[in-house]
Amino acid sequence: MSDPLHALSLKALSQGIVDAKFSSMEVTEHFLNRIETFDPALNSYLTVTKEQAIAQAEQADNTIRSGQPHSPLAGIPYALKDLYCTQGIRTTAASKILDNFISPYDATVQSKLRHSGAVLLGKNNMDEFAMGSSNENSAYGNVANPWDHARVPGGSSGGGAACVAAGLAPFSLGSDTGGSIRQPASFTGITGIKPTYGRISRYGMIAFASSLDQCGPMTRSAEDAALVLQSLAGFDEKDSTSAQVDVPDYSADLDKPLDGLKIGLPKEFFADGLDQAVAASIDAAIAQYKKLGATIKEVHLPHSHLAVASYYVVASAECSTNLSRFDGVRYGHRCEDPKDLLDLYERSRWEGFGDEVKRRIMVGTYALSAGYYDAYYRKAQKIRRLIKQDFIDVFKQVDVIMGPAAPNTAFKLGEMIDDQVSMYLADLYTIPVSLAGLPGMSIPIQQANGMPVGLQIIGNYFEEARLLNVAHQYQLNTDDHLQTPKQYQ
Amino acid sequence: MPIIEKEEVIKVAHLARLAISDDQVEAYTQNLSHILEMVEQMNEADVEGVEPLANPLDSTLRLRPDIANPDIDREAFQAVAPSTEKGLYLVPRVIE
Repeated sequence: MSDPLHALSLKALSQGIVDAKFSSMEVTEHFLNRIETFDPALNSYLTVTKEQAIAQAEQADNTIRSGQPHSPLAGIPYALKDLYCTQGIRTTAASKILDNFISPYDATVQSKLRHSGAVLLGKNNMDEFAMGSSNENSAYGNVANPWDHARVPGGSSGGGAACVAAGLAPFSLGSDTGGSIRQPASFTGITGIKPTYGRISRYGMIAFASSLDQCGPMTRSAEDAALVLQSLAGFDEKDSTSAQVDVPDYSADLDKPLDGLKIGLPKEFFADGLDQAVAASIDAAIAQYKKLGATIKEVHLPHSHLAVASYYVVASAECSTNLSRFDGVRYGHRCEDPKDLLDLYERSRWEGFGDEVKRRIMVGTYALSAGYYDAYYRKAQKIRRLIKQDFIDVFKQVDVIMGPAAPNTAFKLGEMIDDQVSMYLADLYTIPVSLAGLPGMSIPIQQANGMPVGLQIIGNYFEEARLLNVAHQYQLNTDDHLQTPKQYQ
Repeated sequence: MPIIEKEEVIKVAHLARLAISDDQVEAYTQNLSHILEMVEQMNEADVEGVEPLANPLDSTLRLRPDIANPDIDREAFQAVAPSTEKGLYLVPRVIE
């Protein structure tokens, strides 16, 4: 029996469509049917764009059948985290303040995918404005982890992670500010990559913290991630921090053997607080890399314990600035009967934002306010420099850094909801990478406690091709990335 | 001893244009205090002489030529606004 369509790689889907084994329409309908069957229990989609998807699939089939040149993603369905603006389609950032927002324009990543002929299935649930690590901060309800519905999928790209893990889309685009691609990828057993800061355009991606935010693919394999990244990476005039760095062929080096690869293991990533079963899975993955010819070296990131504190100042400060645009005037929620302009601003924002978003806006406003700027914001930025320097020093000795993506496997829904600070602290392995702006990815390795575990692979600036090669070699030699939850097979 | 007092929370809420309600002040004061307590960890760091890092790639914002952009479609952009009239955004009276 051949594999079902939702188990195929992007390459196999593309080849199948080109060889007329199946059409883009059949693939698209297959995924739409799965969404209808399975998503009521998962809540991974906020909007399903069924009609547009069918029209796009038809168009893709026509293009491919007529023999016109087309992208490797032509005819392949995908989902987007609901913070990417999509013209004519509701875009909420999982916030009540954008409940009625139909974007008048496309994000650059969406326009690139649209032009490649890929087929948008819908928009994924997330933590409101990407603030959270469990997807419990969505204004539209929790997302269940496909491996255990009583557990969270991680966050903030929890909807995308759950939907890819359950085979409700071949891939999704997430966003990562402090770990929001890597941690949910780890919790749901999929492959997620956060490229170097500036690698993919942020234009049309609803901003949380502009010096940290980065778009990235969430897929079932490194090979798939390479294809998606290829179609997204590159300079964009419309993003003022977009990197003007050449884009390599991300698939070219996938098959390169790992002989002589130098892997650094930061001592700080294996200290107290790391679940023992997760540590055992990481050890097993490292052993596999040794078999593949890599050498291991212990390294140090001496300032990494300060990263979470520094991050919550920097990210909250930037969020308080970015989210000032939601004023009840140009778009989004407006309160009833405002008595004056101040009342309009204050009540529209109080009613529209959820608690976590308001807390972070207030922390950021406080950190930036007169008398506190040096003690908080400036200090946090100095620590950020120290953290970046730690990585620069380590990359003089090794090619990649490895460690856990998260200290635990997915926790239970509601388990951490009243303890924000503990949830913040659990992002200790992903946040340093974000502050430094480096590329990082999470790939599924041997499970622990019956739940998925992610191995984090961190590379030097713009070395996404190397990360993908290192991840792909693991996936060629193991089947951890092929595991799927029973009821979604 | 909370790091941030209730009065400051009310002040910060208004600076952030958030109409915090009286019954929420206590909870927000506690939550913000916990967060700021965690942030206090930064005091351990010796940052003497360290340059702040604003952009992770140490790059500055790129300037573009000042050319009028024909992409802006007023009608489409105002279609998502809560209240407009004749191409203008409507707000409560500002000047008496």
